[in-house]
Amino acid sequence: MPETNYNQEMAFFVDMQRCIGCHACEMACAECETNGQESMIHVHYVDRAVSTQTTVQVCMHCEDPTCANVCPADAIHQDDFGVVHSADTSRCIGCSNCVLACPFGVPKKKEQAELMMKCNMCYDRTSAGKKPMCATVCPSQALYYGTREEIERMRPDSVPVNSFLFGKQEVNTKVNIMMPKGTHQLIIE
Amino acid sequence: MYRLFKTLNRTAFIKALVASVVVVVLVLIGSRNLQNFDAALFAYLVGTVFAVFGIAYRYSVWLQRPPTRLYWQRSMQFLFSSMIFPYLFRSIKLFFRNIVGQRFIAYRSGTRWIGHFLMATGCMLAFAITIPLTFGWINFELKPGDDLTYFAKVFGFEAFSFSLGSPIAFITFHGLVWCSILVTIGAAIMMKRRLTNGGLIATQTFSDDWLPLILLIAISITGLGISYDYTFLEGRTYQFMAVTHAIVVILFLVWLPFGKFFHIFQRVAQLGANLYKKEGMRRGMAVCPHTKQEFATRTHIEDLKKVTEDLGFDYNRKEGINHMDLSPEGKRSALAKAHFEARKKSGKFFG
Repeated sequence: MPETNYNQEMAFFVDMQRCIGCHACEMACAECETNGQESMIHVHYVDRAVSTQTTVQVCMHCEDPTCANVCPADAIHQDDFGVVHSADTSRCIGCSNCVLACPFGVPKKKEQAELMMKCNMCYDRTSAGKKPMCATVCPSQALYYGTREEIERMRPDSVPVNSFLFGKQEVNTKVNIMMPKGTHQLIIE
Repeated sequence: MYRLFKTLNRTAFIKALVASVVVVVLVLIGSRNLQNFDAALFAYLVGTVFAVFGIAYRYSVWLQRPPTRLYWQRSMQFLFSSMIFPYLFRSIKLFFRNIVGQRFIAYRSGTRWIGHFLMATGCMLAFAITIPLTFGWINFELKPGDDLTYFAKVFGFEAFSFSLGSPIAFITFHGLVWCSILVTIGAAIMMKRRLTNGGLIATQTFSDDWLPLILLIAISITGLGISYDYTFLEGRTYQFMAVTHAIVVILFLVWLPFGKFFHIFQRVAQLGANLYKKEGMRRGMAVCPHTKQEFATRTHIEDLKKVTEDLGFDYNRKEGINHMDLSPEGKRSALAKAHFEARKKSGKFFG
């Protein structure tokens, strides 16, 4: 990677219960230059028939990314800061392995371009010491980018958690999810 | 050095060795026992044999990775099935569309496709000219008793002839000049993108993104230098031009298996991925238990479960469900639901 001003004290905090489904993050995401004006964030109803709850999902930047492991073309790369980058355009063969294997359902496949694309935490911005686009526009702060001290001060009853259990598989991530105090892991049974 | 031997992949080494020996044998056969081999191109031959060794080695190591191995095996299994003719036809069609024409890049960006197409076409044409010449498979001779007719021999057999000074002679003898022009224009377009696109500026590296372009331009310019020298300078600077060109080309050949250019050989896997999807659709689609909609082929989901298991992941959830059975939207919803339940249980949704 070229010389960067990536600030490792800053972290990403997500709280789906705060998502109001306004789609502002989606519009902002398309401004990210590393995505080529394509929105990578996911906003949708969880179960429209029974609830109005919406959810928002960014790439969680796993410590041992399943997407990169299942990629047959070695196209997904994790940098020294732990950011898992969008597929290398020269290598990606558009097989969709990453799209279907990601436990968080993050990568998108651009069918005609035969290319996987995903959130890379607005690397053009974060590598210059700025906040990701989605976090700068989220009105309810369901998406927040800042220091751990800041979030702890703002949300005294919550705690950032970066460990998930999908059945038997533990997945640790760079991005945090805000959970009730005393929780260490989000369990998806 | 010890580490090099310790980490050596035996299967890949043997395959690479076999590939290199096959190339040398093909050179001996094709050049009629070196009778038509051009000794001036010996250094290029050594570079090419090294490149073949390196590419075969890396390709073999690459194919040993669980997801790549599975795709490779499945592609072969599906291709050589009862559907061989429609799939072969489809693969040939896609080869011309996506490998020769690189049309999928046009959907990423129009300018990028033009740049890449010029660069890749220039390179492929140049390979098609230089490899047979280096291997001694093609050579040119004057027709005995006629010093105006040149004829080309392919594998030692006369293939075609043309008069010196004719338009065909001009086009043939300047084949690599046309390639250089295509590559230089293409590489310049790609360089401009790398200088102006904010996303690329943030993520590019010198060795992966700039060096290949610089190397291609260096090969083209030094190659044009040879033509310039014999056309306008009466060969006075031939040695300098020939040596600098040889140095950059051999650097390119030696680096071919390691750097960005390896994607040229990986790209063919795209045909396999397409076949995999097509045959998967024929076999049936998987339905997401959450969205109740089809989202991928059943073969793909079952294979992914196996691949993730081979890689040491265990996404088996309770009641016999695997997390991979869910569509991407289903997975995001499962996460949101679990989060909601955890919040609900704590009695506080916010704060």
